[in-house]
Amino acid sequence: MSTLFKDRPVWAERPSLPSRLAKNTVLAGIAVVVVFPLYVVVLTSLSPASAVNAAGGLVLVPDGLSFQAYADLFGGGVVSRAVLVSLGVTLVGTLVSLGATILAAYGLSQPGSLWHRPILFAFLLTFLFAPGMIPLYLLVSDLGLIDSYWSLILPTAVNAFNLVVMRAFFMNLPGEISDSARVDGANEWTILTRLVLPMSKGVTAVIGLFYAVGYWNAFFNAILYINDNAKWPLQLVLRQYVQQGQQLSSNSVVGDAVQGTASAPNLAIQMAIVVVALVPVTFIYPLVQKHFTKGVIIGAVKG
Amino acid sequence: MTDRTGGAATAVAPSPGDGGDGGRTARGPRRGSGRGRGTGRGPSFGARLRRDWQLLLMALPALVLLAVFHYAPTLGNVIAFQNYNPWDGVAGSPWVGFAQFERLFSDPRFWSAAGNTLTIAAVQLVFFFPIPIALAILLDSVLSPRLRLLLQSVVYMPHFFSWVLVVTLFQQILGGAGLFSQMLRQNGYAPLEIMSDPDAFLFVVTSQMIWKDAGWGTIIFLAALAAINPNLYESAAVDGAGRWRRMWHITLPGLRPVIILLLILKLGDILNVGFEQFFLQRDAFGSGVSEVLDTYIYHQTLVTGNFSAGAVAGLVKGVVGLVLILVANKMAHRMGENGIYRRA
Repeated sequence: MSTLFKDRPVWAERPSLPSRLAKNTVLAGIAVVVVFPLYVVVLTSLSPASAVNAAGGLVLVPDGLSFQAYADLFGGGVVSRAVLVSLGVTLVGTLVSLGATILAAYGLSQPGSLWHRPILFAFLLTFLFAPGMIPLYLLVSDLGLIDSYWSLILPTAVNAFNLVVMRAFFMNLPGEISDSARVDGANEWTILTRLVLPMSKGVTAVIGLFYAVGYWNAFFNAILYINDNAKWPLQLVLRQYVQQGQQLSSNSVVGDAVQGTASAPNLAIQMAIVVVALVPVTFIYPLVQKHFTKGVIIGAVKG
Repeated sequence: MTDRTGGAATAVAPSPGDGGDGGRTARGPRRGSGRGRGTGRGPSFGARLRRDWQLLLMALPALVLLAVFHYAPTLGNVIAFQNYNPWDGVAGSPWVGFAQFERLFSDPRFWSAAGNTLTIAAVQLVFFFPIPIALAILLDSVLSPRLRLLLQSVVYMPHFFSWVLVVTLFQQILGGAGLFSQMLRQNGYAPLEIMSDPDAFLFVVTSQMIWKDAGWGTIIFLAALAAINPNLYESAAVDGAGRWRRMWHITLPGLRPVIILLLILKLGDILNVGFEQFFLQRDAFGSGVSEVLDTYIYHQTLVTGNFSAGAVAGLVKGVVGLVLILVANKMAHRMGENGIYRRA
């Protein structure tokens, strides 16, 4: 994202010392407010029992390092299973969503093609109304998808906004290349996969991130459609054992492997669950973030 | 449910001058080129079908998903006029006309949920809406590109956290058993109770919204700021306008169209304040303050098993929401802006 000025322009006065101090304080304060909770959570999850007990709760100052909480979590049990469920749903869901979105965005991006206007209109109408929670629930139930992982994917698989963004991006690509490929006898599938997609890595990464984050964070769909807690995705486990603070002492959460051995303190395990929910997002996001700043999304949207 | 809000807000971004837009003008000549699409009386239907069947096939998977998971359940709203019973289905359940509507409108909890929704939306509008604008101006004034990118990365990040995570973090820091309470208790003070005090509810949920989404909200304003002609600043400075006058007379007028448009769209979206944030904190704060329309619908139906009662509330919310969006777009058009759809 280009800002107005790369350097201070010659005509601009240098701000006074107090105003510079004030600005930097505010900016630093904002950064601290965002980062501080994450710091405390990560630190506590990595602290040994002695440090957690000494602090009487969350740990502010590092005092030793222990991976016991993570060893407990991944020793099998509710959290390990929930992580696998969430990873699987995120992976399959993102592939389904991205595939359907790319295909439809390209299929509707050729000016003058048959029926592209009414089909696009049908997608755009979704901006105006949602079907409603209850009829959708009944439909998912009638389709036999209650307690199926597909219920976490299919109802939200195609997001009309992402489709419109992608379509606008495809329409902005120079058409001459595809046209000449057509003259050479290439079919649409070849044009999409060989020409259009290689030119659209940025927008694909951003839309893919949006879908993946959506699936990883999915909570609402799971609350509605997943009754069997053996199939819970991570966010529901996070809610039950951390937000609602249900006790972890039962042997269901930490693996059987650690029963009877010294296990990490309850709070460290809770914070480790938070970190597990947090980490994939914070790691994938910087890889994609540079594409936001290129204005992929915003520049593409006026179509 | 929550997606739509963010989507609509971002969908109206003005094109920034940088990147991506260059190809737009090159599209003109394409209409007449290639396969002659869009030229007057094009080829016959059969010829177009033969030419475009691959494109239609590509759109099919998404179209099927749309038909099954959007349009089919939209028709399912007919159960609002029934006494729906899952065993008898839509065909077998008795039709009751507007009885469900009467029941809904005489339910004080519905009005309480509607009131809470509007209150939350109003508080958001006053206390959340200006913050991304201020933050964008602040970020834009950071001259070092590296520092600015770092700050942007930091403030965008919480947007990608789930509500469960955000609520959990708030509880861990500010809750009765959280970090600050623990420090207060160790020093002999009473612990904080704002995470369960109904009087603090609006403050807490607004703070959460700001923490999660204020940074992300700056994107659209940063784009608008980048589109302001730098020469304006220079001439103003040469004419003796100071920092604040330039902000007042150039920056803010430059942002005005985006601000007005987002405000109007927000008005069209006031019934969608979100589900998860309120659902998750309903037990802590009590349903008196935290029940919004979506959580009301959920609890009406999936807890009590009365599907028609939930559907009728959803239908009323949907219809009112549709009217609000149409009115908001009308207003946007009046003010010379494109809403979420363009003038016909």
